Amino acid sequence: MTNLELRIMTFEEIKSKLKNYTVGIAGVGGLGSNCAVALARTGIGTLIISDFDIVYESNLNRQYFFKDQIGMKKVDALKENIQRINPEINIIDNFIKLNETNIVDLYKDCDVIVEAFDLAEMKKMLIETCLSELPEKPIVLGLGMAGWGQNNIIKYRQSENLYICGDEISEVADENPPLAPRVGMVANMQANTVLEILLSEKL
Amino acid sequence: MNITLNNRPESFTQKIITISQLLEIKNFTFKMLVIKVNGKLVKKDEYSSFEINEGDDVTVLHLVSGG
Repeated sequence: MTNLELRIMTFEEIKSKLKNYTVGIAGVGGLGSNCAVALARTGIGTLIISDFDIVYESNLNRQYFFKDQIGMKKVDALKENIQRINPEINIIDNFIKLNETNIVDLYKDCDVIVEAFDLAEMKKMLIETCLSELPEKPIVLGLGMAGWGQNNIIKYRQSENLYICGDEISEVADENPPLAPRVGMVANMQANTVLEILLSEKL
Repeated sequence: MNITLNNRPESFTQKIITISQLLEIKNFTFKMLVIKVNGKLVKKDEYSSFEINEGDDVTVLHLVSGG
């Protein structure tokens, strides 16, 4: 269900192409931290990461942080972890709560924006802001990944410049928590979608 | 009329429906929605007046928390 063309390339070719691109990641919790790490391993040139939160013990069930990073700003902890994996990635980190105004300022020059918030109202705010203010920008959404199992309902669809990853129904609740496997699946689908966009001929 | 709803063809007996009517007919009762018609965002305060016509491409996103 995509109109993007796939090409065949070696990893060297992929890296030399990806190093020219900038990907904005909005929120670096479960989706954002795992997506950023996948993109860093593949060799994206620049990542712009933003989050206003610090690392809590409860985050460690799914987010790409370590026990000795509890209490750190998430953006600082993620930057440290990415630099340990691939020091060549340029990371622009913002310890900030994103809103209708600063999203446009911080992400207007990105080639792709990854929506990686946890709260539905923040997801809505980002989508509406980008559709109004940055209408051509590819936005990769993570939508519906709470709980466990149900591999087969996690899916992907495209609606113009919105790319939607997730089952679109599983909402987080006390008795339906977000857990590493399904959050990681959707985060990696988002990273995979970013590659599909950036490595296509269309961009 | 025939439209595309979330990438699938849909038929309605009416010639024109508003977004509010569409949500009612399709039983989309969720609070947190983003709706696009032919690629353009339609805001919540326009749902009762915005008309969907033959051939329109409608995307309804239900935003669920989690990440």
